[in-house]
Amino acid sequence: MFRRWTCVMAATLGVAFVVPLQAEGVADSFRAKGQAKLDRLDQTDMQRICSGPVGMTVPDDVRARLQKTATDSVKFPAADRFLGKWEAGQKIAQTGTGMQSSDDPAVPSGGNCYACHQMAPTEMSYGTLGPSLAGYGKQRGQSEAMLKYTWTRIWNPQAHMPCSHMPRFGDAGILTEEQIRDVMAFLFDPASPVNK
Amino acid sequence: MNTIPRVVLRLASVLILASTPALTFAAEENLFDEYRQMMADDNPAQLAEMQGEEYWKTAGGPKKQTLQGCDLGLGPGKTQGAYAVLPRFFADAGRVMDLETRLIWCMTTIQGRDPAELSGKAFSKQGQPTTDLEGLTTWIAGQSRDRVLAVPVDQPQVRAAFEEGKRLFFYRAGPYDFSCASCHSQSGKRIRLTSLPNLTTHDGAVSAYTTWPTYRVSQGAARTMQWRMVDCARQQRLPELIVGSPVTVSLLTYLAASANGGKMAAPGLKR
Ligand code: HEC
Ligand code: HEC
Repeated sequence: MFRRWTCVMAATLGVAFVVPLQAEGVADSFRAKGQAKLDRLDQTDMQRICSGPVGMTVPDDVRARLQKTATDSVKFPAADRFLGKWEAGQKIAQTGTGMQSSDDPAVPSGGNCYACHQMAPTEMSYGTLGPSLAGYGKQRGQSEAMLKYTWTRIWNPQAHMPCSHMPRFGDAGILTEEQIRDVMAFLFDPASPVNK
Repeated sequence: MNTIPRVVLRLASVLILASTPALTFAAEENLFDEYRQMMADDNPAQLAEMQGEEYWKTAGGPKKQTLQGCDLGLGPGKTQGAYAVLPRFFADAGRVMDLETRLIWCMTTIQGRDPAELSGKAFSKQGQPTTDLEGLTTWIAGQSRDRVLAVPVDQPQVRAAFEEGKRLFFYRAGPYDFSCASCHSQSGKRIRLTSLPNLTTHDGAVSAYTTWPTYRVSQGAARTMQWRMVDCARQQRLPELIVGSPVTVSLLTYLAASANGGKMAAPGLKR
């Protein structure tokens, strides 16, 4: 009862909050291991709303709220330095480890972009959960609007696509600002294999 | 028997070959399918099955008992066809159980073994011998080969576990925002070169559920459905999922019942 009431309250006020799963007894089925503690079972506002079955719909006002929260979360890089080194970005896109209970927290996380996206056309081992990003920079150019759009996509995909299954690489602290700059260069640099 | 290492070697060399970027994804899949067919009667999981059968019949544990008094749902000692009607509700334990959870329960209550150890060391690490649980599970699942899956969803407790499993399947959490559905709710998708079954469809659930336990060539080990749940939860960036816990049983009830009507083909053979 209380929980239902707080949900309605939170939805009305538009504040992000977390539903503790511990209360539902599910946490008893897990044990903390390495960096993966039990608080990972708690849901954020977005996670809770986006946990419906296939074909779920989100009411327009809730969508708008999710998008606003996500858009507000985006931190653009200092001095508009959007692009780092594509070579480093390529490595990040290839690296699949990060934040698993089995991963060393001292090692920086990868982006694992290749798990879901085609990128450099020469790399055959790519997944298809997301759209192809081959030729990304060549096709779209480097306007400020395009750089900001793509930075936002990577920092918090919920800003453009509420309930997206792509991780919030910046907002959730998976990649550092520096790493995101490098991944951006991998997408945009004319010398990057993505654009060859 | 001594053909097994040779076949594994041959398969391993094909997999190494297939992992060179020059081969397309489709070519790799075809090669593997071809070898899977060639090896149909030669699955290295047979070793695990033999070990499981022997364990079932040999007195063991502090109480020096065999598992032949263990009731997997069809009566004490009955293994034929048992896997095809699991998970189910067990009145003596007061809960729904899948095969592995039930086996741990039997080894605990009949043989006096330590449940925490059985659950905590359920799976062999790379290069280590098959565990008792892996052997038993592979053997008993093999005893349902060609049977039609018929999880008793008319049992209200099974129905409830199914609904809970479905809820958990879509439950997004953790720093990557993943649910099982993030990776398993679209057809024809893959992660890198690995095909992902769409577990929300009947066909996808059948293709996945009926082929486990399976021999994993890349790991050189027989792997079970509980192992699959634990490892996918790890990829989901969740804390460690406990073997035999209610969440594993609910997820497996959802998957198995979604595959009802499919024909069991375990033990399978996978990369
Ligand atoms: C688990 C899957 C997954 C991972 C990992 C992933 N993405 Fe995505 N990505 C998607 C999906 C799905 C979309 C489609 C839009 C949506 O649903 O958000 C997408 C969309 C995008 C887009 C927008 C494409 C367009 O046409 O405008 C960009 C850019 C992008 N991803 C970059 C990346 C980068 C860079 C990484 C790694 C740092 C990455 N993605 C990792 C799933 C993923
Ligand atoms: C981040 C991605 C990811 C998430 C999240 C994930 N899985 Fe998986 N799952 C995989 C991959 C990759 C494979 C195939 C592994 C292989 O074949 O090597 C797989 C395989 C499976 C299989 C076996 C399929 C077959 O045909 O052999 C089952 C069943 C399964 N997953 C269930 C689940 C469940 C249940 C959850 C949630 C608790 C889940 N997965 C979460 C990536 C994921």
